[in-house]
Amino acid sequence: MTGQQSRPLLVVGAGIAGITSALEAAEAGREVVLVERDASIGGRVLRNHHYFPKLCPPSCGMEINTGRLERNPRVRVVTRARVTGCRERDGGYEVTVTHAPAYVNERCTACGACSGVCPAKVKDAFNLEMAEVPAIRLPHPNAWPKLFVLDRQACPDGCHACKDACTYDAIDLDAEERTETVQAGAVVIATGWDPYPIERLPELGGGLSPDVIANVHMERMAAPAGPTGGKILRPSDQQPPKRVAFVQCAGSRDVNHLAYCSAVCCLASLKQAIYVKEQLPDAEVTIYYIDRRTPGRNEEMLTKVAAMEGVHLIKGKVAKVEPRGRVLALRVEDVESGRIVHAEADLVVLATGMVPSLGAGAGLFGLSSDDDGFGVEKPGVAVAGVAHRPEDVAASVRDATGAAARACIAAGRRA
Amino acid sequence: MERLGVFLCTGCGIGDALKAEGLTALADELGAASCQTSPCLCAPEAVADIRAALESGTIGGALLAACSARAKTEAFAFDPARHVVGRVSLREQVVWSHPAGDEDTQTLAEDLLRMGYARLSKIGLAKPLAETIERTVLVVGGGLAGLTAARTAADLGHPVVVVEKAAALGGSLAAVEGLVPDRPPYDSLHDNHLPRLVAELSSHAEVRIFASSTVKAITGQPGQFHVELATPAGEVTLAAGAIVQATGSRPYDASKLGHLGYGSSPNVITAPELDAMLAGGGLKRPSDGAVPQRVVFIQCAGSRDPEHLPYCSADCCSATLRQVATIHRAHPDVETAVVYRDMRTPGQLERFYLAVQEQPGSLFTRGEVAGVSGNGHLQVALRDTLLGEGTVLDADLVVLAVGLVPNSADGEAIRIHTDAVKRSQTGESEIQREEARKVAAQYAVYQGTEILNLDYRQGPDLPTLRYGFPDSHFICFPYETRRTGIYAAGTVHAPMDAGQAEEDGAGAAMKAVQCIVAAARGEAVHPRAGDIGIPDFFLQRCTQCKRCTEECPFGTLNEDAKGTPQLNALRCRRCGICMGACPERIISFPDYSVDAVASMIKAMSVPEESEEKPRILALLCENDALPALDIAAGQRMSWNPWVRVIPIRCLGSTNIVWIADSLSRGIDGVILIGCKSGDDYQCHYVRGSQLAQTRLGNVQETLQRLALEPERIRVVELAHDESARIPKILDEFAATIEKIGPNPMKGF
Repeated sequence: MTGQQSRPLLVVGAGIAGITSALEAAEAGREVVLVERDASIGGRVLRNHHYFPKLCPPSCGMEINTGRLERNPRVRVVTRARVTGCRERDGGYEVTVTHAPAYVNERCTACGACSGVCPAKVKDAFNLEMAEVPAIRLPHPNAWPKLFVLDRQACPDGCHACKDACTYDAIDLDAEERTETVQAGAVVIATGWDPYPIERLPELGGGLSPDVIANVHMERMAAPAGPTGGKILRPSDQQPPKRVAFVQCAGSRDVNHLAYCSAVCCLASLKQAIYVKEQLPDAEVTIYYIDRRTPGRNEEMLTKVAAMEGVHLIKGKVAKVEPRGRVLALRVEDVESGRIVHAEADLVVLATGMVPSLGAGAGLFGLSSDDDGFGVEKPGVAVAGVAHRPEDVAASVRDATGAAARACIAAGRRA
Repeated sequence: MERLGVFLCTGCGIGDALKAEGLTALADELGAASCQTSPCLCAPEAVADIRAALESGTIGGALLAACSARAKTEAFAFDPARHVVGRVSLREQVVWSHPAGDEDTQTLAEDLLRMGYARLSKIGLAKPLAETIERTVLVVGGGLAGLTAARTAADLGHPVVVVEKAAALGGSLAAVEGLVPDRPPYDSLHDNHLPRLVAELSSHAEVRIFASSTVKAITGQPGQFHVELATPAGEVTLAAGAIVQATGSRPYDASKLGHLGYGSSPNVITAPELDAMLAGGGLKRPSDGAVPQRVVFIQCAGSRDPEHLPYCSADCCSATLRQVATIHRAHPDVETAVVYRDMRTPGQLERFYLAVQEQPGSLFTRGEVAGVSGNGHLQVALRDTLLGEGTVLDADLVVLAVGLVPNSADGEAIRIHTDAVKRSQTGESEIQREEARKVAAQYAVYQGTEILNLDYRQGPDLPTLRYGFPDSHFICFPYETRRTGIYAAGTVHAPMDAGQAEEDGAGAAMKAVQCIVAAARGEAVHPRAGDIGIPDFFLQRCTQCKRCTEECPFGTLNEDAKGTPQLNALRCRRCGICMGACPERIISFPDYSVDAVASMIKAMSVPEESEEKPRILALLCENDALPALDIAAGQRMSWNPWVRVIPIRCLGSTNIVWIADSLSRGIDGVILIGCKSGDDYQCHYVRGSQLAQTRLGNVQETLQRLALEPERIRVVELAHDESARIPKILDEFAATIEKIGPNPMKGF
């Protein structure tokens, strides 16, 4: 690319889409500032145990991506920061980035001395609050940047045990928020998604029984670094389930919840059926679906799982999940036979969809969105990943690569 | 590099667990120009000292004996073009994973320091390539994906050449009335923007279009491709920097779908035939030219069917919705019925599906088609359906939503055919020639299928994955390609719908432009983006064994008539597989070489047999196994202290001389840990682990002949998230080696 390169691209959100947009632009010669709200990058993908259909760990690709970031002097990654202000200026954007107080600064060596002495426990955000961790900790084993993070609001009054334990002057309990101004030539919004809350699906038992979980929880349970050390257990009694039911389109393709198809849940459940069968070969797995959506070569995954012993795919809409004693009772409208089917399960996994999280894109950059909250691009502001539309990881990466191109084009013209 | 400065960190417990004075004395012994100790080497003031020493030239290179090379990367970011800096992982590989104050722990630390020092002594600075780079992007295929790629590359400021086989641009969607909506409210067809795109590109100053043209030959490398086109005006030659292959797909051959009535009634047509009909005068029943009253669409015609196309074509559900909407717009009275197995309308396509369902006269029914009968008037018999067993739908036009077949050419298969033909004539024995003739016959179907006609040793086109799609194997990197600078886009790339093909074209153009930018900087592209080192071939010692040219996963090397490798540095991805393959050890990178690793092996201490402490070498892939070990150390797991780790770029870069050297030095066991191989391989250099297994398998046979136990060598596959497993693997291997007893070569 030629043309003026005076102003960097601003990429908001460092999940797989934002990381990709930032790297693809930077490797094409652009200066990029990548802003992430969390303490480490990787977003939702790193919370997956494995990707479908290859069943490979997301941290593997992230290892390559962090290497690309480390080697590329043109990307600046800013974590624990938010975009808090924006005004159009000279055809670009003058953006205010607010950095959360750096209670742990770059002098941190990740030695862990602070964690050992921390008296406060907090819910582990990385593990979707399924476990507790010290208030000061490495966010997760693959955290990048490799710096500890402190949930300051969890500190007991007057406690400075961590600061005393740190020999590197890396902890400043009085750190303050600060802001900086970035002159951006163009912007990519890649703020990702949130899981549809299962509490909004009480008819499917969401929030009524600990044994009704979402697909995102299953990913953490299956992951070796997860709250159960990789064991699939029924939350109520920590026992391996004998019967696992997957409820597809839990909240998706439903005008009362999410009208669209979330595009990943069919494959996610097929993948999770494999997790269950690998660990618990005798478990009975049933997947209740409206349509089995496994496009392209992903069809192989459907063929493979459908042929597994003890896995049943039943076309039917689950109308009700009710806790009954120690088990969960399902009422399924079996479209195939036209009958109502009653079934039981020890663990119900709701294949909940993805809700776009447009964040700063909507408010500060004036993006419009569709009825479901997915961002609609405008000149100078590209949208990538699930903030753009429901899509899987490979599609998000393609989308993010195209978004990087559109942002580079916009910045080139406006610079 | 000479005059090395050693910088020893005593922070993070290193100083408590190890005798620092032992290490500084060792640095002196090794001949270090200087050795400084810091309580926190990554602190800005300590880093400033290192930088000052490097900048002032008082030291030629810096060895940082501190934490893993994967830690504190920002603090220790020295420009690799200007400074040689090495890391020794005292923290992760020694003090976090081994008992403090132990004699074995100290020995381990000293060994790692020796090895790091030896490596740094053997490596140097890379000289970046400075070549003249062509900025033009060549787009092969002028359909939706190709034209989107052309538009994107042109908008990014690059000249573009579009080559289209057909007489007109636009591809299969050129003449359709409306496209599936990609913007809210997603409920009705959008105007087809392809004609406008064709017009814009046709008059674009930086875009040259060659219709009715094909690629005759492509030689060279990224940034320097020489392209010959066959055009109606004769041969045209031009230069290109990178290539987007957007050659699209063709409909599955409907003559194989006789069970769905194709061929037995003129009123059974394919979806592309319906598009042509709608574009060329409107909806008509072929048998009599009357407007049909009832049109039945049969989904998955040939797709998701092991007898035909095992995959889902991913476009047919969306294309059928487009056609149903088009028919209802022009003919509100016509009834349509869509027979499907699963409607696949991901994302907001679901809203369009709902809108089409709601149109009067529009029926969607799940079912399997048992057969299509009749001639003028047709009956579509269904089974396994909501409407009851034996349901029959009447139709006066049946549309088969046929799947798509990529317009690709399997470069590797073509090459196998070409080689076999050659061998069938030049083979040394009749048995060889006969064998070659069999292979040639088996691969004859690939003859003449060439599209890009690359002058590459490894074949004239992109290698393909299953079903003929030259797709990436990596979920995180869908544009990863095994031919540097050549990117597939659209339905040739993978099964996808029109909206995805458009997106794919934009992304592929970005990758093409990026490759040109990288070539101009002399940098590698993915996954070692930014690496400026290129392999050096000391050709005087080359024996023309062709292992490097065969094994390079990226087709980097061509051969001259004698079989001497010819490097195309701009195709190189720096994996080192050629280096591992070379029996003469003549291939080296500035910062990674057979000699550098061999010198690390030589630097390891090897205890005498009487000490009863085996010595084990672990070669670890730096993308998966090494991070897993780091994470294990971070969680304070421990492993056997006899193990010495050497990180390598890829298991495929393992040269068997390292194994031979190790065993002849008396090292008792060698373990290689790398990424998973097989169909779902995780090796980012495609075949690294597999190649290592083959090479090591050969070594094990040799060992057996020498009466050495083959168990002394092991290859293990490990994924990035298996950090809990890696200490166990090392411990078990150490236990095995202890059981076998000392290497009998010890002391020789």
